[in-house]
Amino acid sequence: MSFPILTVATFLPLAGAIWILFIDKKKEEKIKQIALVTSIGAFIMSLPLYFNFNLTTHEFQFVENIPWIKEFGISYHVGIDGISLFLFLLTSFLTCIAILASWTIKERIKEYMISMLVLATGMLGVFISLDLFLFYVFWELMLIPMYLLIGVWGGPRRIYATIKFFIYTMAGSVLMLLAILAIHTLNYKETGEHTFDLLKMYDLDIPMGTQFWLFLAFFFAFAIKVPMFPFHTWLPDAHVEAPTAGSVILAGVLLKMGTYGFIRFSLPLFPYASHQFVPFIAWLALIGIIYGALVAMVQEDLKKLIAYSSVSHLGFVMLGIFVFNIQGLEGSILQMVNHGLSTGALFLLVGMIYERRHTRMIADFGGLAKQIPIFAVFFMIVTLSSIGLPGLNGFVGEFLVLLGTFKSNVLNATFATTGVVLSACYMLWMFQRVMFNKLSNKKNQNMADINSREWAIILPIVILIFWIGIYPKPIISRLDSSVNHLLTRVDEKYKTTLNKVTKDKEKLALKEDNVWK
Amino acid sequence: MPGLFGESFLDLIGLVLLFPLAGAIVNGLCGKKLSPSIVGFIGCATVGLAFLISILVFLDLLKLSPEHRLFEKEFFTWIGSGSFTAVAGLQVDPLSTVMILVVTGVGFLIHVYSIGYMHGDEGFYRYFTYLNLFTFSMLLLVLANNFLLMFIGWEGVGLCSYLLIGYWFEKKSASSAGKKAFIVNRIGDFGFILAILLIFVTFNTVDFTEVFHSAPKQLTTGSLVATVITLLLFLGATGKSAQIPLYTWLPDAMEGPTPVSALIHAATMVTAGVYMVVRCNVLFVMSPFSLTIVAVIGGATALFAATIGLAQNDIKRVLAYSTVSQIGYMFLACGVGAFVTGIFHLITHAFFKALLFLGSGSVIHALGGEQDMRKMGGLKKYLPTTYKTFLIGTLAIAGIPPFAGFFSKDEILLEAYTKGNLLFWGLGAFAALLTAFYMFRLLFMTFHGKSRMDKHVEEHVHESPMNMLLPLMILAFLSVVGGFLGFPAASAINNFLAPVVGGRGHIGMVNGGETHHVSQNLMFSMMGLSTGIAIVGIMLAYILYCKKPDLPAQIAGRFKFVYNILLNKYYVDEIYDATIVNPTIKSSFFLWRWIDVRIIDGFVNGVARFVELKSEVLRLFQTGFVRNYALSMLLGGIIIIICALFFL
Repeated sequence: MSFPILTVATFLPLAGAIWILFIDKKKEEKIKQIALVTSIGAFIMSLPLYFNFNLTTHEFQFVENIPWIKEFGISYHVGIDGISLFLFLLTSFLTCIAILASWTIKERIKEYMISMLVLATGMLGVFISLDLFLFYVFWELMLIPMYLLIGVWGGPRRIYATIKFFIYTMAGSVLMLLAILAIHTLNYKETGEHTFDLLKMYDLDIPMGTQFWLFLAFFFAFAIKVPMFPFHTWLPDAHVEAPTAGSVILAGVLLKMGTYGFIRFSLPLFPYASHQFVPFIAWLALIGIIYGALVAMVQEDLKKLIAYSSVSHLGFVMLGIFVFNIQGLEGSILQMVNHGLSTGALFLLVGMIYERRHTRMIADFGGLAKQIPIFAVFFMIVTLSSIGLPGLNGFVGEFLVLLGTFKSNVLNATFATTGVVLSACYMLWMFQRVMFNKLSNKKNQNMADINSREWAIILPIVILIFWIGIYPKPIISRLDSSVNHLLTRVDEKYKTTLNKVTKDKEKLALKEDNVWK
Repeated sequence: MPGLFGESFLDLIGLVLLFPLAGAIVNGLCGKKLSPSIVGFIGCATVGLAFLISILVFLDLLKLSPEHRLFEKEFFTWIGSGSFTAVAGLQVDPLSTVMILVVTGVGFLIHVYSIGYMHGDEGFYRYFTYLNLFTFSMLLLVLANNFLLMFIGWEGVGLCSYLLIGYWFEKKSASSAGKKAFIVNRIGDFGFILAILLIFVTFNTVDFTEVFHSAPKQLTTGSLVATVITLLLFLGATGKSAQIPLYTWLPDAMEGPTPVSALIHAATMVTAGVYMVVRCNVLFVMSPFSLTIVAVIGGATALFAATIGLAQNDIKRVLAYSTVSQIGYMFLACGVGAFVTGIFHLITHAFFKALLFLGSGSVIHALGGEQDMRKMGGLKKYLPTTYKTFLIGTLAIAGIPPFAGFFSKDEILLEAYTKGNLLFWGLGAFAALLTAFYMFRLLFMTFHGKSRMDKHVEEHVHESPMNMLLPLMILAFLSVVGGFLGFPAASAINNFLAPVVGGRGHIGMVNGGETHHVSQNLMFSMMGLSTGIAIVGIMLAYILYCKKPDLPAQIAGRFKFVYNILLNKYYVDEIYDATIVNPTIKSSFFLWRWIDVRIIDGFVNGVARFVELKSEVLRLFQTGFVRNYALSMLLGGIIIIICALFFL
């Protein structure tokens, strides 16, 4: 077996957390440095995944498969394909950025950094798990430090926000756990083997009626994470209360867990149900795009505005996933990465002015472009990326999603395209009120422009924003095989089920009853 | 010399883009540390070099036989997903060559002028960065060889327009105008994006050559698809080119520095919609319905904007409405199928409108920023060169022979009559009367009569420096001779552009014979008529604003209702605010405060409260510590798993 690069990259942050555990909490600088070094280490370890990635195969790569709890058929099975590759890279990249952005944390630095690093391992683990149980473990593992980040280092209403976040996600998690167990059981009945291996589950032929319920269970777990309208109300509160780095991770990575879950689990496991749910999901996604944008427009708090804009952007992602064609799905995956970069950067920038002024209210600002011109340039670029200006990253994903949607449903695509107009409205209006006009508020008149640490945080993201916007080929070409394979499989399985349905409807109804007995 | 670089200068087309981009990058990154003269030099030199290469490209293109005048150069695949591909590729053909000559040529003059105009402004380098970035985007727009790459340029010029309108961002009116321009343009882009999507779904490509090649084979004339595609494209064009119903951003855009108004909001960017329609002429001729819409919107805008121009007092706003009106003419030409004539007017308009804007800039510069014509008057003696050049520009736009605007406008009217109908001609002819009137009203109010300037302003009035006057003179020269590009009708520009428009550019005068003869008669009588119309307009302006200066006020008083409507631009902005903007904001507040906070959150909190009340016993476990919840969840999960595994 070759070098276990995925394991190393994933658990390096956890190792850092354990290291920090043994360090005196007064050595704050050292703790920060360890956290930064291990997170950068994890990022560097994840780069070979990009460079050594085999473009020609849809099979999982860098696979490690070790039995873990043999009695239950649970194994440590990890691997990566085109779909998870960039989410993995995005996570390890944003973790470094988030830790660098946490340099100004004053309280409980030791605990904070431990939480961040455990969180990183949890998130990375989610994207590489090919075992349903393992996936669930990582899924839960990342939630706990996230609760802590909001609940301990958050703003004044952090308890309310944490409990809300907790209730929402727990509701989803429990349903997902039940669904996982049900799949396990189904597989056992069919093959006589106790296993949680995802790849084996892919071959499972789940009856139509069962698919419906299992899809629904996963749907709640993932839709809450995305978040889709109307499961989104935890997001604005969580963002507002979370510390900057928490918001970056939350928007940049955690929301992608939901959309990733749909691609990795819902589509291939329940192709028939996925097709059945298309109208429902498409409408929720469209409502999300338009509703999120409209509500974002009238927010008074910058973080809330960005949070609602996420609802709108993730609506595009959901729309692209459920059109079942290559442009839609590739656009969605690209859009996940883009949203992680752009929205992550927006939260970082808002964090920077929050640190200087201790307010995020739009009304407290105005004319900042005069006072902090370099900041203004970065803010402008990120804003434009967020509204999908061609030549920057956001456009490529958004356009592919629209193209994929247009191919399957012209009306949906037309509605979705209104998002292009609305995003310009809320972002540029916000930008005007914060950066332009007279610098009239006295408190803003001695704000400092961005410092070297902040340059280091924001510049890499801006470079990526340009790169993906101008030359996205290296990314899209790495998606091709996996996405094509996924779509073919979903299509085949969907048609098989469809045939069965039409052939012996009555028999199937009986079978369905048996499953539940 | 071409041997050094490749087969011919056509291979260097990339440099036309690269120079302005490099200028923008250099000025953007280090402009703050450079001296203004170096910044200005970089800004101008890069565009100047682009102009020189454009000329070489043009000359090389001429060497080819007309049917082979198409050169494409592809650099890399920009987006490729499944069967969809958009390349980063450029296309040199007669149409794009004409456009790059106008953009870099007029652009270069305006860059030079800007050095004088923006002298001493603290954001000097920022200004030139934006201006170079604009030039790059505009060139990309006209050189792109496919729809999606064109869209980068399309939105890129929109961005630069946004940045330059809001250049003096500390003024709220300026930052609002920039935002308005961007958003209104986005509404147009909504159509453009959908058009691109539909084009791809229909033709399985977004490449110009392929689309225009397969369109006649794949679609029937008058088919629904062709109509929808072209109407969506035209929606994009109305946004960018400020036509009804999306014109409202352009008058506000006058908040930007005046050279910007000349370059972006007169000579180049706002005509991008016309370029796009001409570029897609193959598609447009396949939908007679769309063409009629284009003609009606163009004609209506030409007249509508001209009426507003009658009552405005801000010198730049008059010019802004006249731009809207003149672009209306271009669309009118396109709508009746006279695409070359549309481009011809685009070129002459670029000359005389850039001249007029730069001239007004010279006036504003001289008066220390004053733009209200009621506080001008008698400037002729203070600003002799500005006056002379401005007069040429005014004669050109009014349509007096032999100035440039006469030929192009006259040709549009002729085409509107012969290919369209009397209504189109009437719209255009009446707008021409109004144009001559309001432009001479502007000229008389500004340069003639008694001075109405404030005392302290009058003391400081001065003629502009040479680097501002020289561009004025060159543009004035072009405004005089530019018309001969298209005269006589069977002319250079027609032959040159014929391959692009498939010979559909012009009525059949080229062929001689009977048609030729009849048309020539018609042509000369039309010329006489439109000249007469222009003279009537000028005379009216002369009577009202030179002979009897009290009369306009009396007329305004007499027809107060009409005057107020015109003065307030038909209250269109107010109507849009009341019917679209405010309801949107209000309903957004409703969605947020009711759906989000009351209903959804109310439900979530209600469930939490309900559980709390009903579970007095379970309260023991509700410690409020998340870690306890997490622990119990983990335990619960493990119990479920164990149960499941044992009982199944």
